[in-house]
Amino acid sequence: MSNVLVFTETNDGKVKPVTLEILGKLAGKADVAVMGDLAADQVELLAKYGAQAVHKLKGANLDKYSPEGYSNALSAFIKSKSYDYVFAGATSTGKDLIPRLAAVFGAGCASDCTNFTMDGGTFAGTRPLFAGKCLAKVELTGPKPHFVTVRPNALGMPQTPTAGAGAAADVAADAGQIRAAIKEIIKAASAKVDLTEANIIISGGRAMKNAENFKVLNEMADVIGATVGASRAAVDSGFAAHSMQVGQTGKTVSPSLYIACGISGAIQHLAGMRTSKVIVAINTDPDAPIFTKADYGIVGDLFTIVPIMTQEFKKLLGK
Amino acid sequence: MNIFVCVKQVPDTETKVTPNADGSFIETSSIKWIMNPYDEFAVEQALLIKQANAAANVTVVRVGSVKDTEALRTAMAMGADDAILVEANDNLDSYSIAKALKGAIDKSGKKADLIFAGKQAIDDDCLQVPQILAQMMEMPSVAVVVGFEMNGTTVKAKREVEGGALEVYEVNTPCVIACNKGLNTPRYASLPGIMKAKKKPLAQHSLADVGVTDADRRVKYSGFALPPEKPAGKKFDAMDATKQAEIVAQVVSLLRTEAKII
Repeated sequence: MSNVLVFTETNDGKVKPVTLEILGKLAGKADVAVMGDLAADQVELLAKYGAQAVHKLKGANLDKYSPEGYSNALSAFIKSKSYDYVFAGATSTGKDLIPRLAAVFGAGCASDCTNFTMDGGTFAGTRPLFAGKCLAKVELTGPKPHFVTVRPNALGMPQTPTAGAGAAADVAADAGQIRAAIKEIIKAASAKVDLTEANIIISGGRAMKNAENFKVLNEMADVIGATVGASRAAVDSGFAAHSMQVGQTGKTVSPSLYIACGISGAIQHLAGMRTSKVIVAINTDPDAPIFTKADYGIVGDLFTIVPIMTQEFKKLLGK
Repeated sequence: MNIFVCVKQVPDTETKVTPNADGSFIETSSIKWIMNPYDEFAVEQALLIKQANAAANVTVVRVGSVKDTEALRTAMAMGADDAILVEANDNLDSYSIAKALKGAIDKSGKKADLIFAGKQAIDDDCLQVPQILAQMMEMPSVAVVVGFEMNGTTVKAKREVEGGALEVYEVNTPCVIACNKGLNTPRYASLPGIMKAKKKPLAQHSLADVGVTDADRRVKYSGFALPPEKPAGKKFDAMDATKQAEIVAQVVSLLRTEAKII
């Protein structure tokens, strides 16, 4: 039996959904650590999904993320509890923090896993490589603890989670020396969830023609609660910010619904979105490669199809 | 000032990847190799510093197969002063690569003031090497950097996080900076630059030379396979304006009744 910790991040005081996905997969055999305080309802939520203990690490200079502060505080805590495995979401923070934390222990880290098993208490995972053009089995070797980051939306929420005791406790933590510290946070123009965590994504390609035209996608996004993305062609043409890019040199995403508008489907784009559960493609070219990956393909002009679709969604959702 | 830039050679983004016969890696025989796209931003940032500070020396370091030294020659053609190659298989894990990079930097005899790298390599997509290297070098790091200013020994780096928000870090050199697209516009190598690059020093080491052995492997890969193909979907022709409304209504309805998504 392995001793497992899941590190959770919070967003506006709420635990990130990827934590619940991981806990569900670990089926009631893990503790949770969080930086700072966590409201009682969130502790209950973690317990419902299987957290045995919820450790709240509290100390000076841990209110904001810093690679050093978080890894100093967490490494001391992990040592004190002799965890064998540490899991976290493959979020902006997780992807930065966990490799550094693993290196403190001289230990290995499996990044961005889309599935895993813990048979006999030993981790074996699946992860995409080459932006998802290929999948491979990943195993960890060398000194413990072993570290794993899990891609948000990949495991899915457990239908019938095994509950844990959810015993909450404060832990005194020391951030130690922080040489790279956040001085300021510049908020994003859009308050939408990030592409990597979005449940629905609407992406525009070269056929969008300019940045202004993205408003037709934004209008539909507002109706169905989607995040707007873009292809590399659209980003390189200056129609959209790089933070919106889906594909091999952008973000790899796996939402429930991906709507590709005016995207031909270059191999590097398909790699980044092919694991979406349902794909809708709208393109004037009936032979566009995107149609080979689409569950529902509409051969047509996005500028006429998207506004009609927005109206249909409004009707369907009673908006 | 000594600036090191870590680069990796990766298959071109348009490459169709196929697993090799025993599934231990991908078939590499017919691949077109390029410098990892994110590393171009790292090289460019180092060269921008060199432009403002003639005393700066830019060394590019790569761990990988010798096949060709495209990435290093490209970086030197862009303006880097010298290069180090640590010869290794292309499927090394992040920990071994970081240890080899540290070994190569230590062996150069130069004290690193700044280390640049791409935020991730687009082959294994791990996003680990800059952070592991920083920890091994006992340096602070800022990753996914889209804005960089340097004033004396103080660096202001903008890190992009979820949704395009920016965390603005202040950090003193020496430090590790992992670069993202959008940081700068990488220059093209000029013809004289390409000619000059051929004469620039390129040191070559084995993994053993820089203190890395098989025992340093932390992540094992196996069973490389193509992702399962999706069954063919439904395709509707809506080029005819009279049919558009009906088809779109049908697709939206299918998203609820069949796909059960909306």
